[in-house]
Amino acid sequence: MRKLIFATMVSLMSAVGMPGAALAASGGDVTLLKNDWSFAGIFGHYNKASMQRGFQVYLEVCAGCHSMKYIAFRNLADLGYNEAEIKAIAAEYEVQDGPDEDGEMFMRPARPADLMPSPYRNDNEARANNNGALPPDLSLIAKARAHGPDYLYSLLVGYQDAPASMEVPDGMYYNNAYSGNMIAMPQPIYGDDVEYADGASTSVEGLSADVTHFLMWAAEPKLEVRKRIGVAAVFFLSIFLIMSYLAKRRIWADVY
Amino acid sequence: MVKSTSNSKSPSADGVQEPARRDFIVVATYAMGAVGAAAVAWPLIDQMNPAADTLALASTEVDVSKIAEGQAITVTWRGKPVFIRHRTPDEIARANAIDGAELRDPQEDEARVQRPALLVVVGVCTHLGCVPLGQKTGDVKGDYDGWFCPCHGSHYDTSGRIRKGPAPTNLEVPPYNFLSDNVIRIG
Amino acid sequence: MSAAKFSNPVVRWIDHRLPVFSMLDHTANEYPTPKNLNYMWNFGSLAGLSLVIMIVTGVVLAMSYTAHVDYAFESVERIMRDVNHGWLIRYIHMNTASFFFIVVYLHIFRGLYYGSYKAPRELLWILGVVIFLLMMATAFMGYVLPWGQMSFWGATVITNLFSAIPFVGESVVTFLWGGFSVDNPTLTRFFSLHYLMPFLIAGVVVLHIVALHRFGSNNPIGIDTKGRQDTISFHPYYTIKDMVGIAMFLLLLAIAVFFFPNAMGHPDNYIPANPMQTPAHIVPEWYFLPFYAILRAVPDKLGGVLLMFGAIAILFILPWLDRSPVRSARFRPVFRIFFWLLFIDALALGYLGAMPAEGIYVTLSRVATAWYFLHFLVILPMLGVFENTKPLPKSISEPVLATTGEAA
Repeated sequence: MRKLIFATMVSLMSAVGMPGAALAASGGDVTLLKNDWSFAGIFGHYNKASMQRGFQVYLEVCAGCHSMKYIAFRNLADLGYNEAEIKAIAAEYEVQDGPDEDGEMFMRPARPADLMPSPYRNDNEARANNNGALPPDLSLIAKARAHGPDYLYSLLVGYQDAPASMEVPDGMYYNNAYSGNMIAMPQPIYGDDVEYADGASTSVEGLSADVTHFLMWAAEPKLEVRKRIGVAAVFFLSIFLIMSYLAKRRIWADVY
Repeated sequence: MVKSTSNSKSPSADGVQEPARRDFIVVATYAMGAVGAAAVAWPLIDQMNPAADTLALASTEVDVSKIAEGQAITVTWRGKPVFIRHRTPDEIARANAIDGAELRDPQEDEARVQRPALLVVVGVCTHLGCVPLGQKTGDVKGDYDGWFCPCHGSHYDTSGRIRKGPAPTNLEVPPYNFLSDNVIRIG
Repeated sequence: MSAAKFSNPVVRWIDHRLPVFSMLDHTANEYPTPKNLNYMWNFGSLAGLSLVIMIVTGVVLAMSYTAHVDYAFESVERIMRDVNHGWLIRYIHMNTASFFFIVVYLHIFRGLYYGSYKAPRELLWILGVVIFLLMMATAFMGYVLPWGQMSFWGATVITNLFSAIPFVGESVVTFLWGGFSVDNPTLTRFFSLHYLMPFLIAGVVVLHIVALHRFGSNNPIGIDTKGRQDTISFHPYYTIKDMVGIAMFLLLLAIAVFFFPNAMGHPDNYIPANPMQTPAHIVPEWYFLPFYAILRAVPDKLGGVLLMFGAIAILFILPWLDRSPVRSARFRPVFRIFFWLLFIDALALGYLGAMPAEGIYVTLSRVATAWYFLHFLVILPMLGVFENTKPLPKSISEPVLATTGEAA
């Protein structure tokens, strides 16, 4: 009988894994570069320095076109900024508030509780400014793509000259990580686009890894606490499983 | 798994074999189950507490320079009305005319204001949470010319202190500070 | 029901007026359970546990969810980011939904293997199929609520199934939507029904248990219990055995929730719904894939829909398709082979449902679909007539005759 249970579990587990496998396959012939992310694995955690650098890359490179509308300035505390620093960062932005006593909307400096302002007023303006393509919001991008972080990293470092056999139309760019290899986003990172205060590498790979790290945090800000509780929960339940099995054996000892 | 049981003593439904149930490992297993269930209960309860975005919004900034003497405005702070009254010298004098120590909720007027002209109180009656009248010029202001709660007849004076009626305490003064001469931040 | 069996006077006083303690005592102590149930009999209580987890986390999530097309996605993100432990509660809800289906599928295949649907347990089985149908409806509507891309397009595709109904199809779909596309009225009614249906399921579960207690559990040997020597009390024997299953279930669930929370979901559902753009490759949640494969196997719209619903409808009449007097597959060597073929067939359909509908996959889907119906409509009735079953043991306590084949 145990064989039956085991076989069933194994086959069901593999059945569950299938859609994921199917998805990876449907990406075509793309092979993603694997990075050694600190947030991967059971004890995964974010690297604050890398996230701060990634935030800088986002601000100086991505934020011109891409919004992050689910992130509030107060969330930057996760990156290791203190309250005063967050206030200073927020104060550099203007957000609309109102109406005031006269019924007028007005602009005021952003406060930590405010969400990060979007570069465009709406999707139509975003399209009009980007050749008709809509730059996606980046708050959840690391979870909204299969193999999120590896994919984002591969995409950012994946700009190349198109092979001679391929004709790339105007306004499109060749990228070896993008499905179909033609992407509307021009290469955003060339290396040395940003000056880091801490002297970390500003190569294409360095900048891409940092901004990916930041985006992963933005998509899954509770990852650290999730894994921390997870380790405790799995430990507790493993003990509980062993104990209940022993207790079952003890109680059933007199049946047969 | 099913072995020959021809000579086994089946405990069956009569519930003998008590010692097995009281065995340490059995008790410990059930105890662990109870501890686990209790641990799971906490997140389910705690989710009803204010969320991070609610807590972050807990302050409001107000420009008080435009309130004329004798006028009052109502602003929203944490979803509740806050009364800001620019008091006249007469109102201030009346608030200080009595001995605060003798009131139901003893408090001197100067302990309730940062600048005597500006009174900031949460506009929620301390009885059962109605919003008292007295903000608008035509409003009933009660026997003490402050605020009057229409729900159960509590009278507040020009310092927002309870003078008559069922409310147990004075109108609450929220935490606030002057960001500049004209702007206060509540919360 | 004699109240005298309780020593505590308060308990006795209450029980005399409201016999809840007698009912508990009946379930735990008097209710005779076959003593040879194996771990495959854990999945009933695990399904019950899953339902409880879903209702509790669901009620809590509803406190922070907003059923409006403009705010649904945002409110879910607020749950994930700002609500205290909101991420945990949502991930538990998401993953338990999948685990609920795993458990119920195993529960169903357990019933198929040991012939638990046979007389006198036909209604017990049918109530189970009703629960399964309600679960599918609930899960489908729940998946729409976050209002991501998969939510929206899943809702569009599934509701469009009803457009296959001749003559009135279009009107039915408009009725379901409350408009001319999946939009706010659709979302709000799905939320209302998603909240209602788990309680309907709980009601049918009660009936399912009432029916179960009429004749008691089937067992791996599939013969009726012949007296006290064949049974033991539910408590403590099966409470502790269920506890082992629960511990295993929770351990696997915790691994999923804490370390692979999105593995059984789809990345596209983290993109807000966009009625103007369908994702490149849309698939339903994994637990619908076998039925999705059957739907796509038929080149005709109405035919596909009918066959898909037929695949479930056929389970309702299963007790009358399989006429073999022997319940357990242990004593049915030929049936056992076909059982495993059906199991593999179901997994194959699940796999094919995830594949694009092109080339070899279409052909394979058709073969697998045909086999599914062949199994129930032809093979089972024939086996009932032609199969040579092994001799049955006299009773559960004397299974010596039976233990030859099975490596137990």
